[in-house]
Amino acid sequence: MSLSGLFLMIFLVVHVSLNLTALFSSKAYLAACEFMDTNLLVQVMVPVLALGFIVHIICSIIVTLRNQTARPVKYLVVNKAAASSWASKNMFVLGVIVLGFLGLHFFHFWAKMQLQHILGQEGANAYNLLIELFSKWYYCVLYIVWVIALYFHISHGFWSAFQSIGINNSKWLPRLQIIAKIYAIVVTLAFISIPIYFFFGIHFFGLQKLIIYHVQLGS
Amino acid sequence: MKFKLKIWRQKNAKAKGYFEDFDVDNISPDTSFLEMLDILNNNLISAGKEPVAFDHDCREGICGMCSLYINGRAHGPDEDITTCQLHMRKFKDGDLITVEPWRSAAFPVVKDLVVNRNAFDQILQAGGFVSVNTGGVPDGNTIPISKLDADEAMDASACIGCGACVATCKNGSAMLFVAARVSALAKLPQGKVEAQQRAKAMVAKMDELGFGSCTNTQACQAECPKGISIAHIARLNREFLCAKLKD
Repeated sequence: MSLSGLFLMIFLVVHVSLNLTALFSSKAYLAACEFMDTNLLVQVMVPVLALGFIVHIICSIIVTLRNQTARPVKYLVVNKAAASSWASKNMFVLGVIVLGFLGLHFFHFWAKMQLQHILGQEGANAYNLLIELFSKWYYCVLYIVWVIALYFHISHGFWSAFQSIGINNSKWLPRLQIIAKIYAIVVTLAFISIPIYFFFGIHFFGLQKLIIYHVQLGS
Repeated sequence: MKFKLKIWRQKNAKAKGYFEDFDVDNISPDTSFLEMLDILNNNLISAGKEPVAFDHDCREGICGMCSLYINGRAHGPDEDITTCQLHMRKFKDGDLITVEPWRSAAFPVVKDLVVNRNAFDQILQAGGFVSVNTGGVPDGNTIPISKLDADEAMDASACIGCGACVATCKNGSAMLFVAARVSALAKLPQGKVEAQQRAKAMVAKMDELGFGSCTNTQACQAECPKGISIAHIARLNREFLCAKLKD
């Protein structure tokens, strides 16, 4: 659970760094996509990443089911103010939300980009996809809700992973919790910056010209 | 003071339980929670009714015998105390107080509010001891132990095995209890030798007895009457992983 979680959190950093190239120019973004499609190490890591997801999901289901049986008779009154964070008590639900939106994300991006590559076909222009999807307000809202669920999941998951593999003590406990918050905030804001940049860029700041140029360049 | 009580009643381990309402009156604010239950029981006995069964022993917060889940919190609405150290002045006059037993698959209800915490003894029997030869009784302070290590071992040994951690944990996990035992021994020279094996054996027993897994919600340390930190759980995890890697 913790090891696969740490692995997935490293993946998030890689993923969001590549996303951020879209803020600078379409060329940089398309070059990053090209790199991910062709680099050998990346190709090797793709199945490992998929395995990481599967291990994380299966472990979470086993742990959650097991923990459900540990208290057959529930309490009548439960004090909600007990000192544990909301995220820590709802990791499974948050995980399910993240996974649900991940399916949508796969359908909109992965199936049109990476999957086409695996099938040996020309993938869609990734920058065009960004413009097409993030010009719709509801898609932006969905995306941001998704990333906020991810924020809660990783703000607990980060320090919890270190605790579970024993890399923690009374001095490092508060430090790791602060680092977890910082990590989660940075990753979340970086992810959210993409839909915000494109949505407001397209609708309010007259980036159409620039975008049309990018589209022509890409197609 | 006056209180309305909603108390879990259960005839025996197999019977179906239910909540029963009681009223108590004329309670001094300086009455302890258990004394208030004594008064209730006195009234019940006078009225020819069955008194409410609950666990208690030393009544000075050091034995770990008292339990009770009071208004949704283990040992009631106060920090770092056991139920016997809880006083009625912590409640408002006329409050409704719900009293439930510890709820855990590993702690079956024996009667009313009494649960069987024998599972903790079984975990201790699985590894909560030192079995290496430590020789005769040495002179005091002849074994060099740093103050920090001694303090940490002492903090962990403060565990009285009451089970509030299990009762509070949403997963019904006994990790804080096991961690306190493992930590108390692992920080001292005699216990260090078997630290990894001990962690492995005690965790295996805990899983076998039906306790849940730790998901680091920190609820246990918030409700522990001895304020034992989850940092000890990190040490338990470390010892456990090292033992597993050596297998």
